[in-house]
Amino acid sequence: MVGTLLYQGLVGLSEAMYLWLVAAGLSLIFGVLRILNFAHGSLFMLGAYLAFYFIRLLGGNFWVGLLLGPMVVAAVGWALESFFLRRVYHLDVAFQLLLTFAFVLIFDDLVKLVWGPLYQSVATPAVLSGAVRVLGRPYPVYNLFILGVGALVGLGLWLLLEQTPWGTVVRAAASDRDMASALGVRVPRLYTAVFIFGAWLAALGGALSVPVHTISPGMGESIIIEAFLVVVIGGLGSLKGAFLGAVLIGLLHAYGIMFLPMFELALAYIGMAIVLIIRPWGMFGVREV
Amino acid sequence: MDAVASRRRWSRLLVAGVVIALLVLPQVGGRFWQYLTLNILLLSLFSLSFNLLFGMTGLLSFGQAAFYATGAYATALLLRTEVIPLLPSVILGTVVAALLAAFIGFFCVRHTHVYFAMLTLAFGMMVYAIMWKWTPVTGGDDGLIGIPRGSLSIPGLFTIRMDPLAHYYYFLTVLALLGIYALYRISRSPFGLVLNGMRENAGRVEFAGIPTRRYLWWAFTIAGFFAGLAGSLMAPLESTVAPASAHWAKSAEPVMASLIGGPFTFAGPIVGSLIYIGLKEVIVRFTQYWLLIFGTGLLVLVLGFRGGVVGFLLQRFARRDSPAGPAEK
Repeated sequence: MVGTLLYQGLVGLSEAMYLWLVAAGLSLIFGVLRILNFAHGSLFMLGAYLAFYFIRLLGGNFWVGLLLGPMVVAAVGWALESFFLRRVYHLDVAFQLLLTFAFVLIFDDLVKLVWGPLYQSVATPAVLSGAVRVLGRPYPVYNLFILGVGALVGLGLWLLLEQTPWGTVVRAAASDRDMASALGVRVPRLYTAVFIFGAWLAALGGALSVPVHTISPGMGESIIIEAFLVVVIGGLGSLKGAFLGAVLIGLLHAYGIMFLPMFELALAYIGMAIVLIIRPWGMFGVREV
Repeated sequence: MDAVASRRRWSRLLVAGVVIALLVLPQVGGRFWQYLTLNILLLSLFSLSFNLLFGMTGLLSFGQAAFYATGAYATALLLRTEVIPLLPSVILGTVVAALLAAFIGFFCVRHTHVYFAMLTLAFGMMVYAIMWKWTPVTGGDDGLIGIPRGSLSIPGLFTIRMDPLAHYYYFLTVLALLGIYALYRISRSPFGLVLNGMRENAGRVEFAGIPTRRYLWWAFTIAGFFAGLAGSLMAPLESTVAPASAHWAKSAEPVMASLIGGPFTFAGPIVGSLIYIGLKEVIVRFTQYWLLIFGTGLLVLVLGFRGGVVGFLLQRFARRDSPAGPAEK
């Protein structure tokens, strides 16, 4: 019984990693730019489709797809920030939300236009296919790989933000934009860089999901809603919160399917409602004025 | 002063003209025009409910379809019993939607505007998922079909069957106009003034001793009530309800209509609904990628025309007392 529970926990954890990559970018962008990017799920979807496209184009090489897909999405992120978002920073927050929402609609249909409305999939790369025995049960190697990537991204983000000069500048701009600007930080350029990085993270999650999840035009909306639940639970703007929130949602899904299949879907919302009542700003969020 | 008085007289004449046109339409227009008009009325009511939050308080709800769909499903379930008549079904369905809005609103109004947008979207999609998965009650993916329109009757006095579209046309039009009038009165009431104050400066309203969160909660519930009314009136018209009516693509419709028409005037969302439905009617004949065009339009509106059509016209023709424009930070 304990073995089953642990095993199911591992399954939940590997699913949580995709969510973590999306929520990390979403939270990072909000923390620095103060923009909630509704289109972040669409960037995840775009990452998946572009990776799929390159894998097919280049004769099934997964690694090239994983490299090129997110890179193209990073370029899309650059265009979004420099041509559109930049023009609404001075406006009421509602118009910033509406702008990113417009891109959700646009990307949804663009993907359908280019790749069609059907489900698509590719094979798992040979090195990562197969399974190892964990707790006496077969556990896909690919899931282990995903756990590794998730942990690496977490570690990388921590090193980048806490241990490098660039990280210090990002944190300074996040806590006081005007002061950072007065001290010589080129804030507009920093905003572009952070948005590109966040878009790349989401697309990386999407590209990684290609071999195990079928991809479809609806995948962006389901992940952005889950990512919203994650950042509400963890606290918008906090990376630690995004990580723990993603893990919590992943585990809730995994155990929910096991014990309460009827209410599996509701569990995440109940979790969010409880957090909202007890700690309205999330587990690691800071109260905003 | 003269200009204001004359504008008021003109707008009264305009309203009277529109109401008369609505009432004589079934005598001159066929089923297509009646159906189109009803859809415009439903979207107007739905958009005004959204704009009670957005235009007045600045809160952007991306989950308004949850209440629209809840009203529709509740009314459909009541009508399908074949025991409860039309009017009580519509009223009860609307109340159910308002109760759901009160429940969800409790969580949504506790935060900043960003959290509000995020939470309304998440809760809206929760309602969508419930309708999609709770097959025994909601019919799942197929939704509810064969919803009867029932009849309007006072026992012993008269009974009017609602099956003919022309009959239902009047029922829907009268209730929708009553709903729109009620929303107009709410927006011009002291309650509405407080909401407007919150858009301008929430801190000051709070310093004046007004419990802002409770006002927002009420506004959210009222908005849910009127969205629910629109949905309740829609179900017997279409005779089917599907989970898509709760999807965020549906929630985007009132957003779009309000922005096209202009969110800062009362009539804006109505004008926007007219344009939206008219455009959609034409565009879907040429392409299935409606959302792409719709999204691009939204982009243009946000970047360039935040006052919408009505805001633009008012600014153009009455420079002096133009409506409150989009608040800049």
